[in-house]
Amino acid sequence: MTTAAVPTTRRLRRTLVHTGVITRRNLLANVRLPDVLILSTIQPVVFMLMFLYVFGGAIQAALPAAAQGEYIYWLIPGILAQSAVFGSAPTAYSLNNDVTKGVLDRFRSLPMARSAVLAGRTLSDLVRSAFILSLQLAVGILLGFRWQNGLAGLLAAMAVALAFGYACSWLMAYIGLTIRNSEAIQAAIYLVVFPMTLTSSVFLPTQTMPGWLQAFAEHQPITIIANALRGLTLGQGALPAGHTIAGETLLAIAWTAGILALFAPLAIRSYGRNAQ
Amino acid sequence: MDDPVITVDEVTKQFRDGTKALDRLSLTIPPGIIYGLLGPNGAGKTTLIRILATLLQLDAGTARVAGYDVTDHPAQVRDRIGLAGQFAAVDDHLTGRENITMIGRLYGLTRREAATRAARIVDRIHLADAADRQVKTYSGGMRRRIDLAASLIGRPQVLFLDEPTTGVDPASRQDLWRLVRDLAAEGTTVLLTTQYLDEADHLADRIAVIDHGRLLTEGTSTELKDRTGGAVVELTVPAGQHQTILAALRPLAAQLAADCDRIVLPAPDGPATLRHALRLLDQADITPSDVALHRPTLDDVFLALTQGASTEPEREPAGRIA
Repeated sequence: MTTAAVPTTRRLRRTLVHTGVITRRNLLANVRLPDVLILSTIQPVVFMLMFLYVFGGAIQAALPAAAQGEYIYWLIPGILAQSAVFGSAPTAYSLNNDVTKGVLDRFRSLPMARSAVLAGRTLSDLVRSAFILSLQLAVGILLGFRWQNGLAGLLAAMAVALAFGYACSWLMAYIGLTIRNSEAIQAAIYLVVFPMTLTSSVFLPTQTMPGWLQAFAEHQPITIIANALRGLTLGQGALPAGHTIAGETLLAIAWTAGILALFAPLAIRSYGRNAQ
Repeated sequence: MDDPVITVDEVTKQFRDGTKALDRLSLTIPPGIIYGLLGPNGAGKTTLIRILATLLQLDAGTARVAGYDVTDHPAQVRDRIGLAGQFAAVDDHLTGRENITMIGRLYGLTRREAATRAARIVDRIHLADAADRQVKTYSGGMRRRIDLAASLIGRPQVLFLDEPTTGVDPASRQDLWRLVRDLAAEGTTVLLTTQYLDEADHLADRIAVIDHGRLLTEGTSTELKDRTGGAVVELTVPAGQHQTILAALRPLAAQLAADCDRIVLPAPDGPATLRHALRLLDQADITPSDVALHRPTLDDVFLALTQGASTEPEREPAGRIA
């Protein structure tokens, strides 16, 4: 039996089965080692509450009318964008752990589809992110957040956030496979993700930033995602002048597709490439 | 003579910093035997296993496993091999049985096939009672057995075991040895690396001693020992009597050992030589404080071959340090 002789449909089926097996394995870790999941679920909610109550009062004046004068209207879509990005970081840690423990070596030595390990990893992390984002949204609603643009808008916003988080998972997969030291991975992620979320519109409108920073902040992907989520949940009035809901959403999808198109092949290549 | 199941021909692997992990290494391994790779840390054992298991690319030479070239047909090789690495690569949060069936599914078995085979395997490795407990509750030896069992579920033609008993208690070690022997008896070719000479001695049908990526010697355990020399008689005697004893034992070519504590003489006839030596001592009215008939061990072979050779630091390109 040669690889070329295996029909494409069978290979696709095999890839799907293997992806399912790996996804299940990873999800079981969330269920059976729940301390990690519980802590990583509480953390985003606690952060959300901190920003809400610490910044909320001071920020109200700077908010657009669509935020109803309530910081929570501004914060919830932003924090969902932030959590989508943060929620992709475990992809890097888990893969690195699999490398260190020799599990990846075993997978590599098996006659399995090359993409299945990474597809399974990113899918199970997507499920986890969906859980965390839903929880944040639920807490937000309990505290007074109301969507203004229909349930369809809200669901579309969740889809945009999760899709972006999924794309980031592939970036994280690449990091987790190429950087061997787990502490270096953590440092690298924090070095990039924290500044990126702080210099975006996640917490505050960008208008008050200095001009040079504003130019960056308005065009960087996390702002684009946050804007898209605000437009989809709150309506046109939540967006800076000259921006439309459809335009921001399309830009968000373009960033998602771009990151995926760049890092999925890179990650699969570094998975397949024999360790040096 | 059957065709060899593993052929390593002039294989070289060099690291980026220029050190050679494997230096034109050649080996031929016939099917159905247990083949031991023996060598100090950094000798290149793990590198060779990783190349044969398609995890690492070789720089020069060729390697074939189960009829397929590892460079040209890695997928075909993976269909036919099993690998248990230096550390038990099992998932703590899964049960023993789940670990095994998962690998079975990844070998392409249906859910039912994987379950049936896993049930048979846990019986065989005497883990049926613990099979439905999460692996995090297992001892080190149990983890190793699950790890090995997982690589068996694909019924591989060739099984690679990288230091299978490192860090395992003596009882589990015996269990693992028995399992490996049973597998070989059923026709699986086993290539294992070890730092334990007794493991190679007890388990391996043939042994290759490698160091600095080069083959030092190869053969059965008996062949290797014969090459080092025959049995010797060792006598421990009070310091002042060395000259007297050497004189008494001159007919047997006795010599003072390098450490000056013992007198050593070749024992071509084994116990008969020993008796002869004792009779000569008796006639000279000398009583040694200790007497031993010493057959060469693999330790002697190993030391003779690798003496002073491994002064360089560990260099296994594993992404994890042994």
